[in-house]
Amino acid sequence: MISIVMSVLVLLGLAVLFGLILGFSSIKFHVAGNPIVDQIDGILPQTQCGQCGHPGCRPYAESIANGEAINKCPPGGQATIEALADLLDVEVLELDGEHADIPIKTVAYIREDECIGCTKCIQACPVDAILGAAKQMHTVIIDECTGCDLCVAPCPVDCIDMLPIASNITNWKWQAPADPQQVFQQIIATDKRPEVELQS
Amino acid sequence: MSDFLLILVSTVLVNNFVLVQFLGLCPFMGVSNKLETAMGMSLATTFVLTISSVCSYLVHQYLLIPFSLTYMKTIAFILVIAVVVQFTEMVVRKTSPMLHKVLGIFLPLITTNCAVLGVALLNIKKMNSFMESIVFGFGAAVGFSMALILFSAIRERIAVADVPSPFKGAAIGMVTAGLMSLAFLGFTGLVQI
Repeated sequence: MISIVMSVLVLLGLAVLFGLILGFSSIKFHVAGNPIVDQIDGILPQTQCGQCGHPGCRPYAESIANGEAINKCPPGGQATIEALADLLDVEVLELDGEHADIPIKTVAYIREDECIGCTKCIQACPVDAILGAAKQMHTVIIDECTGCDLCVAPCPVDCIDMLPIASNITNWKWQAPADPQQVFQQIIATDKRPEVELQS
Repeated sequence: MSDFLLILVSTVLVNNFVLVQFLGLCPFMGVSNKLETAMGMSLATTFVLTISSVCSYLVHQYLLIPFSLTYMKTIAFILVIAVVVQFTEMVVRKTSPMLHKVLGIFLPLITTNCAVLGVALLNIKKMNSFMESIVFGFGAAVGFSMALILFSAIRERIAVADVPSPFKGAAIGMVTAGLMSLAFLGFTGLVQI
């Protein structure tokens, strides 16, 4: 019995000692972060989605403090941008198009009976997805095509269309809920009350 | 002095913690994909291993033995290691933000590294003195770092090599680790301790 009490007491003492050391050192070695970064981080929605191109909200907050654009946060939407603009005293921007939403995936399609075999689209294609030779009709390897549009402009007879990929069993995905930014605009990324006009 | 040198050679080469005693295999396989991260990890581990072997020796010598509680040493050592890791992270974050960026995510991982606990327990088992504990801990850390850095350098080359597809990724890593382990067994008999 004595030995059990003894061992509990000794380990308890050890734990308390270590707890004191850690507690003291967390105060002593406290890192005073950049206060503006903390404020920006507080406005960002903390979804850690990485759509801004940073690994999380905190790194994005740091680079905003270093002068990056404030309009790269799709989950926060316009409300976040307005709050950031208010905090940093900069202009309100539209949500960056590149970060706004995922465009519909397309592939190039060559209308083969109109193709004159000029090979211009082959030279333009960055991924070698167009097959063909001079004065032979060309065609697109659908699996290789990235839908980059670069072959459309060079074609002298305008026989290249960008077709949306039909969804089928291999590429179908769950649809995102309809416009989450609208739904969450009031909840995420702002702690401001909607301004109510006082009636006198 | 030559005693310490013998301990160092013994722990680094002959009884290499990773390749001969098979301790700390988790970071050895997990963090060895890139040379840079492997270096960060070995730096952090070296630091923590040395400090924690000192601390666990002190706790054992001046707390557990007087109260005849040596059967509690595993729990006590886990506590010591966790505290040392946490404390190290705080100090590093304060004193050198650059190093903290490099070591960042690896420091908490070391808490669960069995090599650290293994060193603390082996120190007791071998009845090392205070100085011997330090050298033993440091030697174990150097051996761990050497194995990790060598292995990650090999893996970086394997990544671009033409590996048969069934062996790609972790499989060829395991085979390589086995071969390295065999090579390190060649040091057996270099020193006897």
